[in-house]
Amino acid sequence: MTEMALSTARTVDFASDAAQARVRARYRAEARFKMYGLIAIGLTALFLVIVLTDIVIKGLPAFTQHSAVLDVTISDADVDPKAVRDGDYQAVVRNTLRARFPNVESRADRRALDGIISTGAADRLRERVLSDPSLIGKTVSTQLLLSDDADLYYKEGTRIDRQPAAGAATVSGVAGDVTIQSSLPDFAANLKVVKSGLFARAQTLRTEAERQRGYARTLEARKADIERTLATATPAVRQELATITADIASMSQRVEEATAKAAELQVRFDASASEETLDELVASVLVQINGGLVKVTKMTDTQATGTVILPLTSAGPAAAGSWQVVTYVVPEANRRVNDREVSWLEALRAQGAIGSNFNWAFFTSGDSREPELAGIRGALVGSALTLFVTLILCLPIGVAAAIYLEEFAPKNWLTEIIEVNINNLAAVPSIVFGLLGLAMFLNFFDLPRSAPLVGGLVLALLVLPTIIIASRAALRAVPPSIKEAALGVGASQQQAVFHHVLPPAMPGIMTGTIIGMAHALGETAPLLMIGMVAFIVEVPTGITDAATALPVQIYLWSDLPEIAFQAKTAAAIMVLLVFLFVMNGSAIYLRRQFERRW
Amino acid sequence: MNSLVQVNQSEATDATPDVGTKPKVIARDVNVYYGEKHALKAVNLDVPARAVTALIGPSGCGKSTFLRCINRMNDTIPICRVTGKIEIDERDIYDPTLDVVQLRARVGMVFQKPNPFPKSIYENVAYGPKIHGFAKSKTDLDEIVIGSLRKAGLFEEVKDRLTESGTSLSGGQQQRLCIARAIAVNPEVILMDEPCSALDPIATAKIEELMDELQENFTIIIVTHSMQQAARVSERTAFFHLGYLVEEGRTEDMFTKPKDQRTQDYITGRFG
Amino acid sequence: MVYLYLAGLFILVTVGYLFGRSRARAAARTETLHSRPPYHGAFVGLSIVAPMLLLLVIGLPIADRMIVSQALQTFDPTVMSDDLRRGVALRDITALAAGKYTGEPSLALRQAADTYTSLRTWTYNLILAAGMVFGLLGAAFGLRRLSAGFRARNSVERAVKVLLLAAASVAVLTTIGIVFSVLFETVRFFERVSPFEFLFGLQWSPQTAIRADQAGSSGAFGIVPLVTGTLLITTIAIVIAGPIGLFAAIYMAEYASPRFRAFAKPILEILAGIPTVVLGFFAALTLAPIIRATGESMGLDVASESALAAGIVMGMMIIPFVSSLSDDVINAVPQSLRDGSYAMGATRSETVKKVILPAAFSGIVSAMMLAISRAVGETMIVVMAAGLAGNLTFNPLAAVTTFTVQIKTILVGDQEFDSAKTLAAFALGFVLFFFTLTLNIIAMQIVKRYREQYD
Repeated sequence: MTEMALSTARTVDFASDAAQARVRARYRAEARFKMYGLIAIGLTALFLVIVLTDIVIKGLPAFTQHSAVLDVTISDADVDPKAVRDGDYQAVVRNTLRARFPNVESRADRRALDGIISTGAADRLRERVLSDPSLIGKTVSTQLLLSDDADLYYKEGTRIDRQPAAGAATVSGVAGDVTIQSSLPDFAANLKVVKSGLFARAQTLRTEAERQRGYARTLEARKADIERTLATATPAVRQELATITADIASMSQRVEEATAKAAELQVRFDASASEETLDELVASVLVQINGGLVKVTKMTDTQATGTVILPLTSAGPAAAGSWQVVTYVVPEANRRVNDREVSWLEALRAQGAIGSNFNWAFFTSGDSREPELAGIRGALVGSALTLFVTLILCLPIGVAAAIYLEEFAPKNWLTEIIEVNINNLAAVPSIVFGLLGLAMFLNFFDLPRSAPLVGGLVLALLVLPTIIIASRAALRAVPPSIKEAALGVGASQQQAVFHHVLPPAMPGIMTGTIIGMAHALGETAPLLMIGMVAFIVEVPTGITDAATALPVQIYLWSDLPEIAFQAKTAAAIMVLLVFLFVMNGSAIYLRRQFERRW
Repeated sequence: MNSLVQVNQSEATDATPDVGTKPKVIARDVNVYYGEKHALKAVNLDVPARAVTALIGPSGCGKSTFLRCINRMNDTIPICRVTGKIEIDERDIYDPTLDVVQLRARVGMVFQKPNPFPKSIYENVAYGPKIHGFAKSKTDLDEIVIGSLRKAGLFEEVKDRLTESGTSLSGGQQQRLCIARAIAVNPEVILMDEPCSALDPIATAKIEELMDELQENFTIIIVTHSMQQAARVSERTAFFHLGYLVEEGRTEDMFTKPKDQRTQDYITGRFG
Repeated sequence: MVYLYLAGLFILVTVGYLFGRSRARAAARTETLHSRPPYHGAFVGLSIVAPMLLLLVIGLPIADRMIVSQALQTFDPTVMSDDLRRGVALRDITALAAGKYTGEPSLALRQAADTYTSLRTWTYNLILAAGMVFGLLGAAFGLRRLSAGFRARNSVERAVKVLLLAAASVAVLTTIGIVFSVLFETVRFFERVSPFEFLFGLQWSPQTAIRADQAGSSGAFGIVPLVTGTLLITTIAIVIAGPIGLFAAIYMAEYASPRFRAFAKPILEILAGIPTVVLGFFAALTLAPIIRATGESMGLDVASESALAAGIVMGMMIIPFVSSLSDDVINAVPQSLRDGSYAMGATRSETVKKVILPAAFSGIVSAMMLAISRAVGETMIVVMAAGLAGNLTFNPLAAVTTFTVQIKTILVGDQEFDSAKTLAAFALGFVLFFFTLTLNIIAMQIVKRYREQYD
């Protein structure tokens, strides 16, 4: 037997080239495999960093807010000293602004000018005058909150090029449509930019036309296919044929339109020195001259025609270097503020009237339809009330359940069912708890909709499994010898548990509870189900008031079209994350602090 | 079975190695630290080829630690540090240019608790040849697996169920499967770390028989806490105590006339 | 009223406790007590609490229902049958009774409000009085039982145990509550829409008309597009989270130094702790536009609410989940198997691929199942980043919708009470609940067996 076994044994020469190559290949595989693991963790870390950075970058601007500091005259015409509350503070603010820009006459322009200041500015002014009625009739320097668009304009900054002119210029008037004639080709550079923009647009149109033609060709092929077998075609296929024919027609029309437009633009581009009309798709060109501002609508190398936005002091000639060509690089169509508004905002900034402050209102006011007035106080209080209800329900119930299951439960089917239940409940989708809340608490028990009471109830059921599982682990970590010692000196089972097992398990239970609460704080879906999504301006004062919660507020804001709400959403997320980090951090601290090795 | 035992016993006495021949494994001034703990202190030991050497001593004396140095299993413990020199066939195994994967193919190991992989019996034995690329073909591999199972004395018991899980075997069979797994790569040295401590006496007897057979072709180093086992299977014995190698010599001499008082105390059961 | 009742309860209990305790102390001067005096006090307290709370919990809802139905009877008996009008009438009545009604109340409404107010005062006073009587009776009962030999502690401990059991049963009650709240509405839904159409219909458009006579009032309730949509997003998520989570777990368990683990573990924990509404925001406002722009630059037609964006972010969300579950099962593989493999001269990766992963296979499968169940039930990411229309497609660049999105869309905002549409949301919830429940039970069973194998 030994002989036979020996014959099968073979020795391998590890020094041989083949063996060495094999070992090298194995180590390469090893390195590759290890790299996969590192890549996996790296990707996860990268994703986390990207998400957090994205949110911080988006959210930080929301923590500051711009306002205009202007001298406001509170005339008794607008504010009756006998009825301070009913005064027309909007008018006060409006008049202040109009006094600054007296040449704004058309209704549309006036509305645009009023739109620079937030509607909330008047309310704040009202509060101020209410607390000090002696201000009526006086002119006081007042901080006026800007609207979201104006605020965004200052935050994002805008690319403005200023080019001092080399030639001497003459202006044909001080208001209305004017022509500026320069002695040198001061507008040549701008004209070139505009022209090359035309070329780019022509290119785009041509590409688009080509694409449409491509689609049309595929459709033609399909059409030909169908037509070949038209005799046997079903009604559905005939229907398709009709659709295709119509599509082809509309496509060829689009192709023609695009081609024609492209050709027109090309002609304009080719005539490099000809006069060019500026529209909202190219960078805006303005001329700052004689203390005023002219928006250029047509220009050649040396001459510009346009509308006065800010009135000129005189129509006389301007010396070389005393006037400049101003370019707002972003085309008007891609901006949220038009040239006129930019000019007002720039003028205000030049006058030193614009200031930026920390946005305290974000923390002290409730929700609003106006982004610059919206705050998270209502949501924070709502979350606090909801969590309060959750805590007072699930802490005692969770701990009691854990004590029962860990210390008193007999081994029977009931206990088995409870255990299986708790584990499964922990994995039930949170939205299902929302359905429970809706059907049970709202429809069956008739509890108030949108209330922290119901939100807290639902979240309590949601985090109960977490707390029970954590508490059981904490109770299990207390060595049985301690309980046995207590029992040994004649304590009852309950005395032993409540006096000797529960106290050392408390830190563990608290850790689990904090983690459960953090989970509850971030939970959104079930709250949507029970109606905590309403637009609620007032800060709730009790657990039966209609309220919303911080994550729900985030969801609501993220859905709004105003750009400024994006920053608010990100800022609210930052606040939520800070709370979560603090809670989880304190849980970890607690665990480290009280971790006991038995 | 009986005749086999007799044959083996006679072989064992015949195969008494000449102390003058070159030792297979040489340890010089080996120290092992687990973090702060100095687990093995300046151990010097020569292990003869093609014989069974037993390492004995009370728990925590460092005998397993020493065993795990010989195939560098201690490398898998991050806080473990080894100094000194261990040579196999006059080649330092702690030489940085030496490849630990190849070393372990030459130095097999059998553990205290049988640890078959949760795979079929066949796959368990084929594991080593496969990863090291020993077999050129399926028939090659079959040959190695069957040969190794034969050598481990397990083939007859499992030949009809090679595809069953290795964990379905009894404890003794599992341990012999682990031995088959170890010898499938045809190592020069086999380390056994208390291979019988989890087994019943009958299974233990089978393993001991097997060791007797295997020492014809392999150098075996066995750690055991049972002095009787050491006396039964080994040619030479080394006694470890508190990290020191106290005494080393022919097994007969060790048990009949120990030189050191501590050895005396241990084998007479004063401590352990 | 409730506060007054609870205040009365509190006073009675305190007095009862003190009285019981002092009685026991007095008795202790002459005889040996079985239980210490506080237990006697607690026993009396419990004798008071139990009947009073019982009365409140049972009596109050009954009284409320009675008051409401009486008030409505006075107002207009016909409204009882119509849920919608009933609700409106009730709101008006309570508002008027509370003095918050705006506008000029009709005579009937005023009468109803009067009935409501007077009945309410009357019944509440009755409950209050009855509660006090019950409390005093309880106190009398408790005090009569007290004696030196009375085993007050055992009685109190029995009561405490019942309380603990009740707390533990809350979990079971929750499950029962969930089952019933979705089951009832689902059954009602199936009275209108056949289960066959629901399960196998290829079209989902629950927009039923407000009035029954409007055209197209039926709506289509086939969940197949929702199933494929959910499946598509979940598949993307698992394709991302499966390998990444598993490899991360393998690295953490088999390769990472303690120092690296101290750095990597918090990353996974932080990611796990980020609320899904935050990830949804990221998916909808950052990732989706990027994917759309990238796709368009390559000439692809990408929906702004593509399944890809939602799927990727959901994948990222469940990475920590997959990796921590996998970490657990990999760590449960006994060290002896690793040692066996290393001793054969296997490298770490060979050990992982050929020994550890096969050994942990069932555990990893169950981890993936739990992750799938988590992804299927996830709401906020898809609500914010996935579409609303039920497109039957497997194109990851198209917009699809999911179960959770539809439940949320139907139930948030003004619901038409009792319409097929509202009920459909509960039917979806029913399917979702039982799907995830089945998946969880199977997965947990596998894990349990897996653990037993290596214990």
